Amino acid sequence: MAYLAEGVAGLRSVPALLDRNAKEFGDAPAYREKEFGIWQSWTWAEAKDEIEALALGLLNLGVNPGDHVAIIGRNRPTLYWSMVAAQMCGAVPVPLYQDAVAEEMEYVLGHCGARFVIAADQEQVDKVIEIQEDLHQFEHMIYVDPRGMRKYDHTRLHEYSHVQAQGRAAYDEFIKELERRKAALDYDSTCVMLYTSGTTGKPKGVVLSNRNIIESGKASAEFDNLKRGDEVLAYLPMAWVGDFIFSIGQAYWTGFCVNCPESAETLLTDLREIAPSYYFAPPRIFETQLTQIMIRMEDASPTKQRMFKYFMDHARKVGPAILDGKEVSFGDRMKYALGEFLVYGPLKNAMGFSKVRVGYTAGEAIGPEIFDFYRSLGINLKQLYGQTEASVFITVQPDGEVRSDTVGVPAPGVELRIAENGEVFYRSPGVFVEYYNNPESTAGTKDAEGWVATGDAGFIEESSGHLRIIDRAKDVGQMADGSLFAPKYVENKLKFFPNILEAVVFGNGKDRCTAFINIDLTAVGNWAERNNIAYASYQELAQHPQVIETVRAHVEEVNASVAEDEMLSGCQVHRFLILHKELDADDGEMTRTRKVKRKVIAEKYADLLTALYDGSDTVYTETEVTYEDGRKGKIKATLTLCDAKVAPVSPRAVAAE
Amino acid sequence: MLDQSEGYVTADGRQIGGVLMEMKNITLKFGGVTAISDISFDIHEGEIRAIIGPNGAGKSSMLNVISGFYTPTIGEVWYKGAQRPAMKPYEVARMGVARTFQNIALFEGMTVLDNVMTGRLTHMKAGIGAQALWWGKAQREEIENREIVEKVIDFLEIQNIRKTPVGRLPYGLKKRVELARALAAEPSLLLLDEPMAGMNVEEKEDMSRFILDVNDEFGTTIALIEHDMGVVMDLSDRVVVMDYGRKIGDGTPDEVRNNQDVIDAYLGVAH
Repeated sequence: MAYLAEGVAGLRSVPALLDRNAKEFGDAPAYREKEFGIWQSWTWAEAKDEIEALALGLLNLGVNPGDHVAIIGRNRPTLYWSMVAAQMCGAVPVPLYQDAVAEEMEYVLGHCGARFVIAADQEQVDKVIEIQEDLHQFEHMIYVDPRGMRKYDHTRLHEYSHVQAQGRAAYDEFIKELERRKAALDYDSTCVMLYTSGTTGKPKGVVLSNRNIIESGKASAEFDNLKRGDEVLAYLPMAWVGDFIFSIGQAYWTGFCVNCPESAETLLTDLREIAPSYYFAPPRIFETQLTQIMIRMEDASPTKQRMFKYFMDHARKVGPAILDGKEVSFGDRMKYALGEFLVYGPLKNAMGFSKVRVGYTAGEAIGPEIFDFYRSLGINLKQLYGQTEASVFITVQPDGEVRSDTVGVPAPGVELRIAENGEVFYRSPGVFVEYYNNPESTAGTKDAEGWVATGDAGFIEESSGHLRIIDRAKDVGQMADGSLFAPKYVENKLKFFPNILEAVVFGNGKDRCTAFINIDLTAVGNWAERNNIAYASYQELAQHPQVIETVRAHVEEVNASVAEDEMLSGCQVHRFLILHKELDADDGEMTRTRKVKRKVIAEKYADLLTALYDGSDTVYTETEVTYEDGRKGKIKATLTLCDAKVAPVSPRAVAAE
Repeated sequence: MLDQSEGYVTADGRQIGGVLMEMKNITLKFGGVTAISDISFDIHEGEIRAIIGPNGAGKSSMLNVISGFYTPTIGEVWYKGAQRPAMKPYEVARMGVARTFQNIALFEGMTVLDNVMTGRLTHMKAGIGAQALWWGKAQREEIENREIVEKVIDFLEIQNIRKTPVGRLPYGLKKRVELARALAAEPSLLLLDEPMAGMNVEEKEDMSRFILDVNDEFGTTIALIEHDMGVVMDLSDRVVVMDYGRKIGDGTPDEVRNNQDVIDAYLGVAH
């Protein structure tokens, strides 16, 4: 059966792939990291040497097969090596979100019973030390950056380079054991354990085997023709399955080079310097870049503005068609080439997209305008649909069949099925082994034949065979009159406006829909600056009458577009308010991957929600907020509630329900 | 007070070395105005030494005496075991003393990187011809110095503004760049003139962390002037308190905090 593929002999684990890469193309660059202003690089042979030294050091510290080794920090070669070194020892790497607060880490570390932690720096070490009392299995911590660590008690703390040095010194003693453990790894042994971000309830540990990772990496690399010479920029959280597939799965399978930025702040400069050929980003990153470009264009000279507008209009007209290899007249092609020289080329260079062959966006729906903008520039931006449980890939868009409203056809090796209630099921070689220590959840998600429930409702478009996702299956509900309620569908439409950062739509079981809105401070702030509107805070700007008016116009536009959809016309937003604070993961309102936690928000802002339905004009509220350092404070605000015009719903649609 | 001439151990267990600099009976007069009268204190190797006092107490004058900008009217400055003669500030800089300024003194039009590179000036020996041609020794030197500068940039976490002209930076970051420039000189004694002045709480926290880290990582001796009492008491190992040009207190933060003269100077007394 396809979903139990057996792989290639001798290449059935990540350490085995490392051996092959070091042997067959040991001189090719494997990792780069910018440090001290220079890109430092390591070849595959050097990477293997580093990883082996660390693995020997881990054996020296007493890592046993089956142990969990937590890895916390930003994307750095040392931490990627830590994951592979743990695998070599037969242990299971568990990457954690580096911005998680101590309590969140405590749950994950406790749940997997990690005996070892490899942390990037003092900040992460401090968090683990804070909670180590409650972690009975925790034994040793290794840190990479020694800065500020001198005064710490080093009975259970070890510096990364020292562990490697000890490993090298104990080479003769441990190398036999290491070889034995490496040889014991097969296609079914655990490759990595990743915790889901947990939109609902506690995070679950998804166990992925070597089969899952290697088969997914292999199939997707072949699908997009990834090669050894490709470059990727690793900057997305290491705890996220996507990064693991790109920076380990595909990188080790194809042997391309993984580049790590200098710091989170220098990301855009580093992106430009590296100019990756294969790029992955959530819609938010593309949105931010586009917003920045537009803001900067508004400050440009009138000539440049006109030139930009003229050629961008042309690009929008013919760019996507040229990219898809469709027929375009010679004149238009010439004009596009001129535009490439004058506008598109420099623009792509400034964004670091000069060499992108394949770019993906996933995680959230992307606005059609944003999507088309990048594609019209000739950037092959595509969408995919996936989840941790699938080792990312469920559906992907093939070249030439890219659209902003679908998520593509089943990825190679993936079988797709739509259940009666509209929920999407899939089966593939990437299907996870189990949720760690949670047989009920495993059984609830994956059946005996290997079919997995995505939790998303969708349908396959008959004309193209592409999958379209409507919403989370459990979020899809019914309005009081029985019509379909799909909040995300409306929220995405709202979020496509640059002024709107987040939207949360309510209305399940009610007679009409309402919404909470977050404005985008960058976009709206820039607008305020240009119009001489003074504001002191997010809160003040959010309640400015003109801002509210703008948002109202956006909401009404969305209503008109929602009304056109027969199935979902009931989801028009009747009333809305602009929230007095930005929704934040630190306050538990969003997940670390920035998905809104609908239920938490509804409970937390129950007073506002009530006000939206009881017809009052303003509402006073107090909200507790958590600052970055963990302190708490209160925000007080009086919010204006607004009505939005609703487009008439065709009576036929109501009658049909 | 315990005998500290041979070093001592701080409350948090750090070993402090012997005397690095000693001020003996310093008096500084500008015409008829006595800015500093008969002050003596010492700075030990590896410690963070603060000089505090109300406005006009003579703190900045004192720092200028330490940095060699002013020559005391009466009194002696001993540095690394020898009496220091009257010197030009650049000669003092060559002896391993670096400083930051109360009113930022950076080259506004130059990038952060270039500004920090100027901190390496005392370490560059190549002639002007070789520098202009960027050849041989000049090239080697620049590469060596750039490496040290990059380590400082990494240490102070200003990689993202490496190529930004200083004039475009906000105040708090400029202060950090100034610290970077002083650190690039690899000083044995670092003088900070009101490093937190005009900063918000978050910037102050960052700056405090950097000062502690510098002291911890490089073992740099730090003498600082500061208004913010909370910051001083948290940061420093020993504090000199000045008022109207006189020394009214000297000791650990706790000793100083309970000193009646200090309390009077800060809160005022009924005359």
